[in-house]
Amino acid sequence: MTAATLRPDLALIAAQVPAGARVLDVGCGDGTLMAALRDTGGADVRGLEIDPANVAAAMERGLAVVQGDADRDLADYPDDAFDIAILSQTLQTSHRPDRIVDELLRIAPRAFVSFPNFAHWRVRLALLWGGRMPVTRLLPVAWYETPNIHHVTVSDFRDLMRARGIAVERAWYLSGDRPTSDAAASWRAEHAIFLISRG
Amino acid sequence: MATRLQSDRPNQITLDHPLALDSGALLARPTIAYEAYGPLNAARDNVILICHALTMDQYVASTHPVTGKPGWWSKVVRPGGVIDTDRYHVICANVIGSCLGSSGPASIDPATGDPYAMSFPVVTIGDMVRAQAMLLDQLGIGRLHAVIGGSMGGMQALAFAAHYPGRVDRALVIASAARHSAQNIAFHEVGRQAIMADPDWQGGDYYASGRVPVKGLSVARMAAHITYLSEAGLTEKFGRQLQDREAKTFGFEADFRIESYLRHQGISFVDRFDANSYLYITRAMDYFDLADPHGGRLAEAFRHSPVRFGLVSFDSDWLYPTAESRRIVQALHGAGAQASFVELSSPFGHDAFLLDSPEMWRLMAGFVEAGR
Repeated sequence: MTAATLRPDLALIAAQVPAGARVLDVGCGDGTLMAALRDTGGADVRGLEIDPANVAAAMERGLAVVQGDADRDLADYPDDAFDIAILSQTLQTSHRPDRIVDELLRIAPRAFVSFPNFAHWRVRLALLWGGRMPVTRLLPVAWYETPNIHHVTVSDFRDLMRARGIAVERAWYLSGDRPTSDAAASWRAEHAIFLISRG
Repeated sequence: MATRLQSDRPNQITLDHPLALDSGALLARPTIAYEAYGPLNAARDNVILICHALTMDQYVASTHPVTGKPGWWSKVVRPGGVIDTDRYHVICANVIGSCLGSSGPASIDPATGDPYAMSFPVVTIGDMVRAQAMLLDQLGIGRLHAVIGGSMGGMQALAFAAHYPGRVDRALVIASAARHSAQNIAFHEVGRQAIMADPDWQGGDYYASGRVPVKGLSVARMAAHITYLSEAGLTEKFGRQLQDREAKTFGFEADFRIESYLRHQGISFVDRFDANSYLYITRAMDYFDLADPHGGRLAEAFRHSPVRFGLVSFDSDWLYPTAESRRIVQALHGAGAQASFVELSSPFGHDAFLLDSPEMWRLMAGFVEAGR
């Protein structure tokens, strides 16, 4: 697995992780990003994943992945156990996103957090004109069966960071595979990736 | 190196050195019985040590000499199997204290010429592991590709990794725990008291008497067997079905199928296991607590361990429940060690690790092969 074949948001994160870093990937799925970080960046990577089939797949790749729930099991990791924590596409599925962000920055001084932007214009249009919860490319599942229980927008996330005194070191916004500017992000970003650190 | 796929008599080695036990006692020249499968390569780096559970034995993949049954993991350890004996040299040793060829209470005490019986020193999981490390020394094997075990075998795998972190690449610990809980000890004590209450136990000196504590050992086995199953599994398999009868007898025969099943489990166990060994091995398990020498901090047992750990639990196992595996994972995180963990779903309780479980088998194969 090379960075080139990763999902765009994962490729972006992979490119930012320093070689040899100690990394915790929370919600690591089948370990695709972990394997890329290990194989190309020589990172010391660990994972946490809720789905046992994904954990098994990651274990079969020789990755150290623990089955667990980010809402509950991040407490098992000691302070500063990692250089970087990654939470990709998992924030919006958690019960308490605010507490998870706190946990990430307890375990590591810096964290990447990525999520689908609920203020993307397609989502706004679906609500404005359709009056219904949107079903889009990045939010493909109907409201009653989606794992996304805490929809969040770029502006919401910035507000939360400000309210908690967390520093935003950098942010990237993607529309499809293409980057979108900061100014247009609220409307145009399908996907946001924040690099945050202890304030 | 003799490698055999079957053996009709135990492969036995007398250790060159005395075995220093955790109790402070010394076992002068203990014997270790073991089975070995598959070729040992020239680099001697393809060795997998499998550790057996309480009432299991070294016959992991060969026919049991007493029961004639296939090995307890014969579907796992075989040519082309999950643990491929075409490629790995697999060793499984009878634990010290047991009765299938390794030194235990039924062995002859060279000092007296009689069986040790209760004069055999109390052993621990640590002693079992130390004996296995000495066996490996004597076989000329320095480093293990993996140590693997379920239940008490998992305790040995954990202890081996904790005590010899430089001798093993990976440890796979299935349906196990880093300590015996009060409930675990309680069930074992019921079993031991059943054996000791049997008049045929005779203070342990029954070997020459022609009588063995059949009743006591079978009751011990019956009680323990319940802990290996799950309530859902028992209900599904037996429910309230009657055994070979149309109606209740209003007496104390085995009216229910579950009673008949347990009685059979108890009686058939006596044919293949020594009652005193049962006392010693259950004691060893009760004394097991890897955190104890570290003031209760389990992470200290694994501090900076280079070993890659894999843990597997089963959701219906209430003997060594998932929480115990999670506790180990938490400690491994604290120690900065590499840990993987997964809870598998099974209706079969603790016994699941011995049953056909393609999910577990895939995990085992992946874990053993990973990074090779």
